[in-house]
Amino acid sequence: MNERRANWPLWTGLIVAVVAVASYPLVFYRYPLTRDVPWVTFLLLAVALGLLVAGVRRAPGRKIVALIVAAFGVALAVLFTVGLTIGTRVPTGANIPAVGAQAPNFTLPDSNGKPVALAQLLGAPDSKGVLLIFYRGYW
Amino acid sequence: MTPVAISVDKPEESRALMQKAGYTFPFLSDANADVIRHYDILHKGAGIGGHDVARPAEFLVDRGGTVRWRNLTESFRVRARPDAMLEAAKALR
Repeated sequence: MNERRANWPLWTGLIVAVVAVASYPLVFYRYPLTRDVPWVTFLLLAVALGLLVAGVRRAPGRKIVALIVAAFGVALAVLFTVGLTIGTRVPTGANIPAVGAQAPNFTLPDSNGKPVALAQLLGAPDSKGVLLIFYRGYW
Repeated sequence: MTPVAISVDKPEESRALMQKAGYTFPFLSDANADVIRHYDILHKGAGIGGHDVARPAEFLVDRGGTVRWRNLTESFRVRARPDAMLEAAKALR
């Protein structure tokens, strides 16, 4: 058994895991198809985990380094998945206006500081209704 | 049917965004999140720096002020699909 050969599955697995996790905020977050469910990221993580397992099996002796690297890769995958699901949850609101309910009126300043009322937008002569888009802000 | 965007962003921030993206519909500033609270869509501390912001939500409101369609996403990663909004908007004609 040649004990000096490089453990390429192990290190490749680690690199793929890091690339997978980094690629989500850098690339896949921008496209709705991969933002909602990060297919590509999960696929890459699965490949990474497979490589890490192969790397651990291939490692000689007590495999200490291999186990540490594999544990790191697994931790990355777990943290990413947990962060994605828990970190992006929104609070439930029991009093959010339901379909069929009246939308509460309000008056807020527009981008020029001019006060605009919902009633005023709805009451405009050719008004067909209004689509209120509440967004997170801090763009 | 007029889109109206609302967030805690100040008018200046909205102006910059409108210019950059070319939006021409109204952007309203709910700096204290009062309206956001009234609509019960406050997401405490979720903004940059721990500020309170709105969770993403869309409401289609007809001329009489009735909500005809709403979209609340369970996760801020999932945004409303344009086709779902258009279907609801068509129903208002």
